[in-house]
Amino acid sequence: MIEKLNKLFESRVRLGIMAVLAVNEWVDHAQLKELLGVTDGNLASHLAALEEAKYVQVRKRFVGKRPNTSYKSTAAGNKAFRAHLDAIEGLLPKP
Amino acid sequence: MTPTQPHEELARIRGLMDRSTRFLSLSGLSGVIAGVLGLGGAAVARWYMDQHAVLRSAPLTYDASLLAEAYWSHVMVLAGIACTVLVLAVAGALWFTLRRSRRLGQSLWDASARRMAINLALPLAAGGVFCLALIWHGLPGLVAPATLLFYGLALLNASKYTLDEIRWLGLSEVVLGLIASFWIGAGLLFWALGFGVLHIFYGALMYLRHERSGTASHEE
Repeated sequence: MIEKLNKLFESRVRLGIMAVLAVNEWVDHAQLKELLGVTDGNLASHLAALEEAKYVQVRKRFVGKRPNTSYKSTAAGNKAFRAHLDAIEGLLPKP
Repeated sequence: MTPTQPHEELARIRGLMDRSTRFLSLSGLSGVIAGVLGLGGAAVARWYMDQHAVLRSAPLTYDASLLAEAYWSHVMVLAGIACTVLVLAVAGALWFTLRRSRRLGQSLWDASARRMAINLALPLAAGGVFCLALIWHGLPGLVAPATLLFYGLALLNASKYTLDEIRWLGLSEVVLGLIASFWIGAGLLFWALGFGVLHIFYGALMYLRHERSGTASHEE
């Protein structure tokens, strides 16, 4: 069962990001930072890894004069997240 | 991380999903204060209606013609009482909820709060305009059922983005509104039940379940 766990989700932060994005449309950097309680740099590096895996898509735009970066999970990202959850559930002792 | 404690990992994920979509700082005391104010407002309205015999003989029923030219002045007074209660109740609810969100260390006006607010506001605004139309057409007896129905539906709509009890409060308001629509003339009684008693009941329930114990499932 262990081998079904997604290596990319070994990080709690990355798994947390996918959890938030699974139930929300676009979530911006500041909201993710607040929800996960991590630093900007830490969050950015994990997001970059997820983006490279094509699990999240990025949208950069300006809100007023301030740049705003939002993230959304892709279909592949959601699928991988669900599969990972199933794998964790598989580790639970059978009742 | 290989989840050595899959239970905890799943609980953490669930918590994140909940916190990012639902507004969980809503305080049960908000409901209690709103309910107490609602009962107070209903008592004042009752007293006002007792002072005016015409309202007693035709207790704001369909037959607005009985009230004749006094109609608008009575409507204004009763609407004034309702608005005062509403403003005080919203202020009280905000205060208790702000206090709770500070205690939880969450921001009051985050994405989930906005989502809940807009889902509550849209049906409420439609209901508000509809009630103005009822008053305009001289059908004030239908205002009480209509406010309960629209408020209940608004809560039902907003409940997806906040605590589960709000769903039951919404359903209860809808049922009460439906009963009230077949019992025109007892509008004030149903108002007192819907905005007073139900708020106090569900507010107290929410408080006991999520706040007093300090072991709330949603809190970390």
